[in-house]
Amino acid sequence: MSVTEMFSHIQGFLSADQEVREDIRKVVQGLEQTAREILTVLQSVHQPTGFKDIPNKCLKARELFSTVQIHIGELRTKFPVEQYYRFHEHWRFVLQRLAFLASFVVYLETESLVMREEVAKILGTEVNREKGFHLDVEDYLAGVLIMASELSRLAVNSVTAGDYGRPLRISNFINELDSGFRLLNLKNDPLRKRYDGLKYDVKKIEEVVYDLSIRGLAKEPEAGGDK
Amino acid sequence: MSKREGNASARKRRPDSDQKTEDFVSQSAVISAFRVFQQELDTRHDKYERLVKLSRDITIESKRTIFLLHRVTSVPNVEEVLNEADNKLDGVRQKIGQIAEELRGEDIYQFHKAFTSGVQEYVEAVSFHHFIRHRTLLSLEEINAALVFIKDETVVIKAPGEIQGACVLTFQVTSTDYLLGVADLTGELMRMCISSVGNGDMETPFELSNFLRDIHDGFAYLGNVGPYEVSKKLHTLRQSLGKVEDACYMLRVRGSEIPKHMLADVFSSRTAVMEQDEEVA
Repeated sequence: MSVTEMFSHIQGFLSADQEVREDIRKVVQGLEQTAREILTVLQSVHQPTGFKDIPNKCLKARELFSTVQIHIGELRTKFPVEQYYRFHEHWRFVLQRLAFLASFVVYLETESLVMREEVAKILGTEVNREKGFHLDVEDYLAGVLIMASELSRLAVNSVTAGDYGRPLRISNFINELDSGFRLLNLKNDPLRKRYDGLKYDVKKIEEVVYDLSIRGLAKEPEAGGDK
Repeated sequence: MSKREGNASARKRRPDSDQKTEDFVSQSAVISAFRVFQQELDTRHDKYERLVKLSRDITIESKRTIFLLHRVTSVPNVEEVLNEADNKLDGVRQKIGQIAEELRGEDIYQFHKAFTSGVQEYVEAVSFHHFIRHRTLLSLEEINAALVFIKDETVVIKAPGEIQGACVLTFQVTSTDYLLGVADLTGELMRMCISSVGNGDMETPFELSNFLRDIHDGFAYLGNVGPYEVSKKLHTLRQSLGKVEDACYMLRVRGSEIPKHMLADVFSSRTAVMEQDEEVA
């Protein structure tokens, strides 16, 4: 094979690769749009009016997640399934946001941490790479950390909205989350940097709880509660 | 319904109540989920590290092969050098086989950054070797054809006549790694050109010049279609090509006038002038 032939051949590969990426980008744009819509619905819980309406917001968000599933279904068709990580960068960001939104919805519904399996179901992905288009564990964890920041904001705003019990529950939840993250041996990568932000969320929520406690505003339904 | 606060060890000391048991269970769910994540991430990182080590070994051995190959311009027995290089490259291929083993069942792109530099260095070394022998560009297909590994699997013999299973592993160099390796190759070819001029070789410089020009034209043809790193290398490639073309020019114009042993000096002084000009400009 001559040099010219070799480069011509490679040009073919690279062009085909570019086309695939263009296709992927289009679908990801759709995903991002839906993610923004879900975020708009859920953001409203920070306002006093939205705060009272949480169950409805969750239902609305769930409806929008079915659109997400459709997009994900379309995304799957754009590239060979065994090359997930070749194109991963294209959807990493939006998938993290969607993982955050899914965990936020589940938290608002149940005040517990959504498991990976459930997020996968909500988004319409697999959990394991071998089964198909999956949610990478690091993207799931990034989504959870984004939710932690959102919860620190919610703690503040629930006080403003007149709910003095919620911050305490958020505090317990976040502390447990923090214990979980401490078990991980993270490398110096973007996930580690995001995890470093968690301590500020923990601190912020602790301050809210403290503010309530010293003013006797915090509800303590069980006796012997200590901080 | 509010959750009890307190840490894990405190909780274990408390007496049971429905609420507390529920909390205990739910807390364990989070913690045990994270233990699973910890294992997954540790396994992933460990594999990545093993691949980085292999990649480093490959890089070192490939670079040594390249140094070895440069000797062909100055030693009488070229075949000996080429054979020694062949052996070294076989060793490198074995390491690549180990990478293939690590990547078995994995998505290779998940770990690509770990071994990309080693692979590029290997492409550089093996295509250099190929050029010295054949004066042509080693193709990506030919490179990948040599990266097929038969691994003997010891299978428990269940029935008489059942043979040991052999499995075939392949490692495929990507187009990008190939391009980047070839781009680096041009630097070595430029060095080879300079040293062959110094040795009075009147043919190699012109062969190299034509070859390098073909490669440069190939890269220019790709333009921006390739990844960013490839475009970056184009600049260095142009410089290498320039030096080689100047060497050929000098040989053509003044080669007959200058004694061979002085050619190298004439050439290096001229490049020094050239580089000074570049800095001024």
